[in-house]
This record gives sequence, C-alpha cells and structure tokens, in this order.
Amino acid sequence: MVCGNMEVEVPRSTWDKLYDPQPEKVAIAVKSLKNCIIGSKKQKEQIVEQGLLARLVNLLVEPDINPRVKTNVVQIFGSISKGSELTAKSLSDAGVVKILLNGLVNTEPQLTEACLLSLVSIFDSKETSIEVIYSDPAIISHLLSLMPHSTNSSVAVCRLLTKGCESLDHQNILLNSGTPKSICEVLSSPVPVAQLCALQCLAAMVYKNENAAHVYLSTSAQGKSLMGHIVFYTGREHQEEIQLEASRILTYMYRCGVFEEDGLIVFQVLPCLVRLCKKEERVVNRILAAETLAYLIEIDVELQQIAAISNHLICTTASFLRWEPDHRQKASGMSRVQMNKLTQQLEKEADQAKQLRKAAFHVFASLSANDEEIRKRLIETEPVVQSVVGALQDSDEDVVMSAIRCLHSLSRSVQLLRTTFQDHTVWEPLMKILSSPASKVESVLVASSTLCNLLLDFSPSKEKILDSGAVELLCELTRKYDPSLRLNGVWGLMNLSFNSEQRIKSQIMTTLGTDQVFRLLSDTEIQVVMKTLGLLRNLLSNEKHHIDTITSLYGKQLMQAVVFILESENSHEVKEQALCMLANIANGDTSKKLIVDNEDVLKKLKSYMLHNNTNLQTAAVVCIQNLIWREEEGSCDRQAKLKDIGVFNILNQLKTAEDSVLKEKVKMALDQASM
Amino acid sequence: LKILYPAVDEEDTPLPRAWSTKDKFNYIGLSQNNLRVHYKGHGKTHKDASSVRATHPIPSSCGLYYFEVKIVSKGRDGYMGVGLCAQDVNMNRLPGWDKHSYGYHGDDGHSFCSSGTGQAYGPTFTTGDVIGCGLNLIDGSCFYTKNGHHLGVAFQDLPPNLYPTVGLQTPGEVIDANFGQEPFLFDVEGEMRELRRRTRNLISNLSWPKKHGEQQTVLQKMVSSYLVHHGYSQTAETFARCTGEEISEELTSMRNRQQIQKLVLDGRIGEAIATTQQLYPGILRNNVDLLFRLKVRQFIEMVSGADTLEIQPRPEDASAAGQRDQDGAASMEVEARSEDNQNQAMNNGNNISNGNCETPSDSMDVDSRFTDTDSNPAPESEETTEAKPSSILANPAKFEALIKFGRGLQELAQQVEKEDVVILQEAFSLLAYSDPWNSPVAGQLDVSGREAVCYTLNSAILESKNLPGRPPLEISVAHSRHLLKLMANKDLGACAFADPELIN
Repeated sequence: MVCGNMEVEVPRSTWDKLYDPQPEKVAIAVKSLKNCIIGSKKQKEQIVEQGLLARLVNLLVEPDINPRVKTNVVQIFGSISKGSELTAKSLSDAGVVKILLNGLVNTEPQLTEACLLSLVSIFDSKETSIEVIYSDPAIISHLLSLMPHSTNSSVAVCRLLTKGCESLDHQNILLNSGTPKSICEVLSSPVPVAQLCALQCLAAMVYKNENAAHVYLSTSAQGKSLMGHIVFYTGREHQEEIQLEASRILTYMYRCGVFEEDGLIVFQVLPCLVRLCKKEERVVNRILAAETLAYLIEIDVELQQIAAISNHLICTTASFLRWEPDHRQKASGMSRVQMNKLTQQLEKEADQAKQLRKAAFHVFASLSANDEEIRKRLIETEPVVQSVVGALQDSDEDVVMSAIRCLHSLSRSVQLLRTTFQDHTVWEPLMKILSSPASKVESVLVASSTLCNLLLDFSPSKEKILDSGAVELLCELTRKYDPSLRLNGVWGLMNLSFNSEQRIKSQIMTTLGTDQVFRLLSDTEIQVVMKTLGLLRNLLSNEKHHIDTITSLYGKQLMQAVVFILESENSHEVKEQALCMLANIANGDTSKKLIVDNEDVLKKLKSYMLHNNTNLQTAAVVCIQNLIWREEEGSCDRQAKLKDIGVFNILNQLKTAEDSVLKEKVKMALDQASM
Repeated sequence: LKILYPAVDEEDTPLPRAWSTKDKFNYIGLSQNNLRVHYKGHGKTHKDASSVRATHPIPSSCGLYYFEVKIVSKGRDGYMGVGLCAQDVNMNRLPGWDKHSYGYHGDDGHSFCSSGTGQAYGPTFTTGDVIGCGLNLIDGSCFYTKNGHHLGVAFQDLPPNLYPTVGLQTPGEVIDANFGQEPFLFDVEGEMRELRRRTRNLISNLSWPKKHGEQQTVLQKMVSSYLVHHGYSQTAETFARCTGEEISEELTSMRNRQQIQKLVLDGRIGEAIATTQQLYPGILRNNVDLLFRLKVRQFIEMVSGADTLEIQPRPEDASAAGQRDQDGAASMEVEARSEDNQNQAMNNGNNISNGNCETPSDSMDVDSRFTDTDSNPAPESEETTEAKPSSILANPAKFEALIKFGRGLQELAQQVEKEDVVILQEAFSLLAYSDPWNSPVAGQLDVSGREAVCYTLNSAILESKNLPGRPPLEISVAHSRHLLKLMANKDLGACAFADPELIN
C-alpha cells in the first residue's frame, strides 16, 4: 500500500450520485464510496464532514432499497467507525447504532451479518456506550438467536456480548437470557476464532459472579457439557489464547467456590497460566495470564507454594519489570505517516510495559501473601524490591496501587521489616500517598495496612515514620468514614504504642483526644473497638510511671471507658479486653487508687470473677492480683478493703476451678494475700 | 511405552526400561526388576557417590523423553541426584558433576550442569516426592518436575544419546524408577501435544518453494493422480469436476484397469490374465516375471478354490473388452500429455462421495493432510475367508488339472529370476497338506496376497502407457517416511512429531 502522500481531496460532487433518482446509479456510488474510504482515515473524515451520513442512514432505512446496497452502506458505517474518535462519534450522533440494531431483524443473512460486524466495530471505539443493547430485552435474545446462522455471526455476537458485559447487572441479564447455552453450542465449532470469542464471553460473564459459575456447571448443549468444553480447551493442542481464556474461566469459577479442586486447577489451569507468562509468549497473553494467575492464587497458600516453584515463575515475572520491546526503529528519514505510526507504536509499548509491571506486582503480592520462604526468594530476586519501591512514586495510579499491594504482602515478613524496607525507606512514598488528599480510598487502605506492619515494634523504620508525622496521620484515619480506614488507623496507633516511650504515648493521647477514644469505643465495627482497647492497653503498659502518668491525666475518662464497655452489649472478647485494661491500670502505683476507690468497678470485678466465661474470670482475677500485690505500697489497705467486700472468699471458691490458667492465677493471687 | 513414543523403532533404538545391572558403580544395589535403586556403600564423603545408568540411551525419535523417580527413602542425608548422562561418564559420581552429565540434587535443590558446583534451580526433594526428568530432543533442553509440577528448564543444548541416571551418596537412600510402565504424575501427553502443535505449525508455515498459488494445484494433481492410479474412476471424475483439473487418463482405460484389478482381487486370476492379454497385449509378454507371479497366484487360488482353469468370459465382458481395446488405443496420445499442462486451480473438492468403487482400499492409505479432501473411498472388501471354498484337493479331476498347471508353471519358472522361484516352491508346498487351510503355509491362501500382485499388475499397465508406476502421492508419503527415518538416525527429535500418520 502506498500511503501518506496519496491523500487526494475527493470533491463532494463525486458523491452526488448518492442522491440520484436511479437506484442503479446509487448502488454504484455506494460501492465506490465503500472502496474509497477503506484504509483512509482522511476519506472517512471527509465523508462525515460532507454530511453524507444522513443520506446513508436514509438509504438504510428506506424499504425499497436493494439489500445489497444496504449491506454496502452498513459496511461503510463499519469502516467509518474504524477511523478516528471523531468519525466514530459522528456515527453515534447520527443514530446509526439504533438503526443497525433494528437492521438485525431482517431476512437477508448477508445484511444481518454486515450489521453485526459493523456493530462490533462501532462498539470497539470508546465513543459508543454499549448500554444500548440492554435498552430492549428483545435485543439480547435476538442476538443469541443469530448465533447459529454462521461462524461470522457467532463470533460477532460473542464479541458484542463480551464487550457488553461491564457490570454485575449485565452479567445477570446475559445469564438469564440463556447466553451460556448458546455459547456452549458455539464451542462445538471447529473454527479457532469462534472458540476463542465464545470463551472470552464466558470469562466476562463469570468474573466474580457465583451465580454464573453455578449456571456453567449445569449447562450443556448438543449432548456436551459446557464444563467439558472448557476443560477441553485448556488442552495444549489448542492455540495459546484459547488455553488462556479457558483457564481464565476456570479460575473465576474456582474463586467463586463452585467446584472442589481435584487436580484441574493444580495440574491444568495453574501450569497453563504460569507457562503463558513466559517470555516466548505474546505480551498481551503474558499480561492476562499473570493477572489471572495472581487472582487464582490470591488466597490459597498451597497454590502460592506450587506456583512459586512452577516453571521459574518468579524469574519470569521479574523479567516483566525489565521488559523492553525488541525492535527500535530510527526516527530519521521517515515520512509523517511512518512517524505517526511509530508514535502510536511507542505509546502502545509504554502502555504494555506499564501493564506488565502492574501484573508482575499483582503476582508478587499474591505469591508472598502468606509464605515467608517465598517472600525471601522474592527479595533475593532482582529487581523486585527496587521496582516496587520505585513504582510507589509512579505517575500512574494503577501501578502505584499494585505496588502497594505487593509491598503490603511483603511487609508481613519480620525479616524484611528489619532489613530491606529499612534500606529502601519504603515509608516515604507510603506516607505521601496517605497524606495526599487525592489518593483513592482503596490505595489509602492498602497503604495504611502496610504502614501498620511497618510500625510493628521490631521494625527499625518505626522511629523514622514517627518523625514524619505518623501519629497525626493515623489519628486522622480514625476519623474517616470508611470503617476499614478507621480500623487501620487504630491498628497503626496500637502497633505504634506497643512498648513505646512515654513521649510517644502522650503524643498519641493528646493527638487522638479522649472524645475520639470514646467515639471509637462505641464504633459499630467490633474490630475497631477491639483495637482501640488494645491501643489503650498498650498505652497502659510497660513502666509503672507510664501507667501513672496516663491515669493522672485521663484517669477519670479511662475508668468511664471501662465501665462503658463492661456495661455495653459487646461480646465476651471485648469485655475481656476491658478487664485486661483494668488489670493494666491496677499495675500502676497511684493508679490502683482509681480502682479501689471506685465501688462500681469493684462490684463489677467481683461479678466477673464469678462469670461463666473462664477468660473473663481470669482477667478479673489478674486485676485483683495486681491490686493486692504484696511488695507494693499500700498493699495492706487494699487487701483489707477487698477482703471486706468479699473478694477473698470468691478467690477461695475459685481454687477448685477446672481451668488450669484460672487456677494458677487464683493461686498466685492468694499467695499475695498476706492475711 | 509404544503409545508414548510412537515414532521410536525399538528394533534400532530400544527404549530404556530398567536400570542396567552392569553399568553401575559397586555401591548401587538393584531390586524389583531392576527398577529400585538403593545405596549400599559407606556414604562418608563424596568419593562414595555412586550412580547407575539405564539399559539404553534415549532415542532421539522420542521427541520428548520423560521418566520419573519416586524417593522411597531419603536415607541418612538425602544426597540424591536425578538426571542424564553420556555413556562414558564415571559412575563413581553423582549426576551432573562431570562433563556430559546433568543432575538435579535433592539436598539443596540445585541443578548441576557438568560442574561440581550447582546453581539454584528448584525446591529440595525428599522421602515421598516424585521427581520427573524430561528431555526435549528437538531443542536439547531438559526440565524437571516435582510431584507433577513443572519446575522449568534446567539445562539447554544437551548432546544426543544420553542415558537416564540416578546417583546416591548416603546409606538408606532408595529410589524407584518409572520409565513409563506406570502412568506418570506429570502430564507428559500435554507437553507432547504442545510440541506436536508447534511442529505442525512449523511445517505449515514453511514457504512453498515455487510460485504462490501453485501449491493447491500441485496438491490437487497429486490427489487426482492417486485416484486415477487406483482406478477410482467415479471419485476421480467428481474430483476433477470440482477442481477443474483434468484427468491424466481416459476414463475407459481407467475402468479397464479397475475391471482387471477387481478380477485379481476376487481371486479370478485366470480371467484377469486373459483380460489383460486382450486389452494390453504386450504387457505380460514383455514382463515374464509379472506373468509368473500372476500364475503362481492363480495356482494358489486354484488350491483355495477361488479360481479354476476353465476361463469362460461372459459375453458382455468380451464385447466390452473389445470396445475398450479401441478406446485404449485411442487414449494413448491423451495420456502422453504431460501433467504439467494442467493447471487452473479452483475450489477444493471437499466431501466427494464415492459412487461404486468396488476395489478394496489399498493397504497404503492416503493421508488427508496431503489432500485437504475427504476422498478416501473404497468400502471394505466383502470377501473374507469365512466361507472357505471346498478344497480342490478333494476333487481328483481338478486336482489333476492343477498338477498339470503346476508343471506348466515349473517350465515358466525357468525364465524368471532365481529369487522369484521361491514363491512357486512355497505355493507347491500347499499340496503337501491334506487340508491346506490348516497348514503352516496357509498364510498364502489369505486374500491379502492378491493385493500385492494386483498392485504390480496395475503399475505395469500404467507404465506401459508412460504413466507413473506409483502415484506421486504415495511416492511423497513414502519419501516423508524415509526422511523421518533419516531424521531419527541423525538425532533430530522433531521426527517424533512430524509423522504424517499422526499429524492432523
């Protein structure tokens, strides 16, 4: 093809014959118009500019026009949609989609097929919303009825439906229209492209849709089960794309939990996905295979372990990060069209490089979610850690997101926290994401989870993170609307307060404020309440003077908080935490007074000592034990007071308790009793 | 094993089926049909390492070779290696330590590529694990599996003629081998299917040496000539109509041959000889060997009762034959035309149904890969040996005639090559038994013996008319087969996946 310099302006008058009263002349004009615009963006644009669309639409609608001519017109529309965004948009503006959909209901098979193909092409452009095919329930069922007509039709319908499967609603509409059964028939086709499109459609329908997965299990057509077809197409005699799509369907079904693993996943699907990640495969396949694999193994340790040893997966995936397109052309001495092509090519490659990185991070995140051994191997693989850290500052949000996910999985490793993360100052970009108002909830969530891990006691990063304003940031999170964010906020604070210095503890208390503590204690999310109590317990631990400092400042509120929880409707676990917190307070010096002077609390302690839940009993006894500890100042007075209210009697009763832990604690408490 | 490696000719290149009792170091003990290996040395240092090779090297015609071992016990330290090595490698070593030796070791999971130091490769393995080793003979790469999971390629560019091998180093180590006598844990068939697909793609992507578009013409010509050759006249006609090809022989001539072939295949050799002499007078006169073979067959058929000496061509046969004679003469110049004159490829003639082709299918079947058509005609021959005709030996008059015929044959034998006389002696030996059907030489009576004679006769007729004695299609199939054999001998593993019978 000679292109570029051959663009000749075709005068409008050329197409005047389209309006000729003689049908033969119109037919000839339509045909030459069709031939003229094929492969030429410029010509397509001109057609639109010259306002010929209206006439073409007119030809299509008019009943007397020969179906052959109509077919040509439809093909012209298909061709125009392949032009620029502008031409595609002009088509939908002219209402072509609707007309083509109507055009499906005609008796000419060739015309119908042309309509289908043009629709596929039109919906391929971003300008046109696919939603319209759901505007009338008859459309879907009619599309399905067209499938058996020819291979072209079934391919076109499958592509349309795949495209149209954008939401759960769409999936369900298609399911209820009997799409799986129709597709099951297409799967008997010997034509690879038909098989592929059918499988793609099945994959789109079953993604995160358990209902669909169940339907697939029970669907069959022409005596062949849909499942049988799908499993058959994972076979290695088929081309890679087909294997990939079949594996993708099985992955989605497996994640819906509709079938028991009996080797199909481990010996068929997983190896196929791993294989298709290899560098010999096409880039698009590698991306899709890696993403599917990441999803497949996301929550299953065993699959993660198998994947980690399969076919050099870690190396292969790491190579995604270094991917470079193999051919580089020189920019000099090229025509404008060639330059344009090159630019497009470069853009495409940059996008693919991005997609590859994203997919790789997802695979790493899944691989390292649970197994420390795998994490270690990942760290040792170049250039995983640098890439993850580097990607945190990427301009593309999706890449950042996938990198954080990966970091999150990796941050579960104690060893990593101590070494690699320290070296790479990973918290910096994390903090940036957390403090940026532009960040999405999703990324803040994963970033804060990661931060929680980084704030664990043994993490050397802890100090640095504190210095960069972690306390404020986490306190801010506890005020978020999203419960998971609040949880991560409190969780982070809890990790932060564990074994920390008085300075940090005070900072947390002042920054968070008692009001917020109460708000969190009455949170609807039980986990938030638990972690808040955990935070309070951490604040009230370690040195006695820590405890006393805190209680001297917030004693009243803390006691209120305990009473508040103990009187609430919360579960035993929550109340146990409250009692433990009381025990922590009782461990202080001056703090003890807070409890002993509070008749209400003492009464509650007594009743919990006799509670039917052993854990609660134990926690109460520990609290008592702390109160009566012999060596401490004022022990006698407290013992006397407690004896007065009958605590010792209860302790003696509990000596015969069945639970060994409780018995032990009771014995220790009684040992402390000097009287 | 045969199913796993269909391309392997075990006469030339036997497959490994067990460990060799001779080709091993002293510290290795074998049991359970030489499939179980155990260590019986001291196992103190690496000098106590000890290996065993399989009985035979891996034939290249396997395409992809695979074996598995199960670690029955890891023994004291689990210093076990699984791999491949050449014949001359020292057995007082673990696989992979020496030149031309390659191994995967259980204690550290490293792979050893002709070197004392390993490279991180896979997981470690121990008691209960099943380790597989696969050798791709197309590209010389080797991979391992653990419990059925592919661990990835370990070595590349391996030399040919490697033996499966295992090595042990500490007491208590026991390994069981599976050379394919049991199902594998790993899906080798899947791996093979992929290689087959790749090989097929490679073949179909090869560029056609001549001008684009000629390929189809040539293929159609091959199909057509095959049909003509075997006298599938109706099929050939239909095919020619669909493809626009012309047939290289007059239809009547084709029918004549068909007629003769039918006679031969029906065992009516005498009639066949007569008809041939009538239609193609020169042939049998110039080809005494062929005549001799035909007559020997006739003798056999007489024993079996399918033929008699009295040749009484039915009237319609005679007249038809006379007619054909003229046609045959007239057709000579047509047939002399070069096949190359015919081109014009049109659409493929798919789904040609065969009308009334009575001749049984030739033993050499057409492979549809070459033809792109479903033109394999020929219903199975109806005749079987089920209803054995009563032996001629029971009828004294006929028996006498038979003896006489045999004497004539003996005379004719003077004129033919020495080695051909053997078949006459064999045929005569039938008379030595009272019931030839149950004699050790009864094999001659089988109808399949007619096919060879029929084929030779058919070829001779065609050659007499300057047509190829073998159809090009059969030549090319035979040629490919021969090439595959050469490939196998030259250690080109792809031959395992290029067999015309297997490719579809």
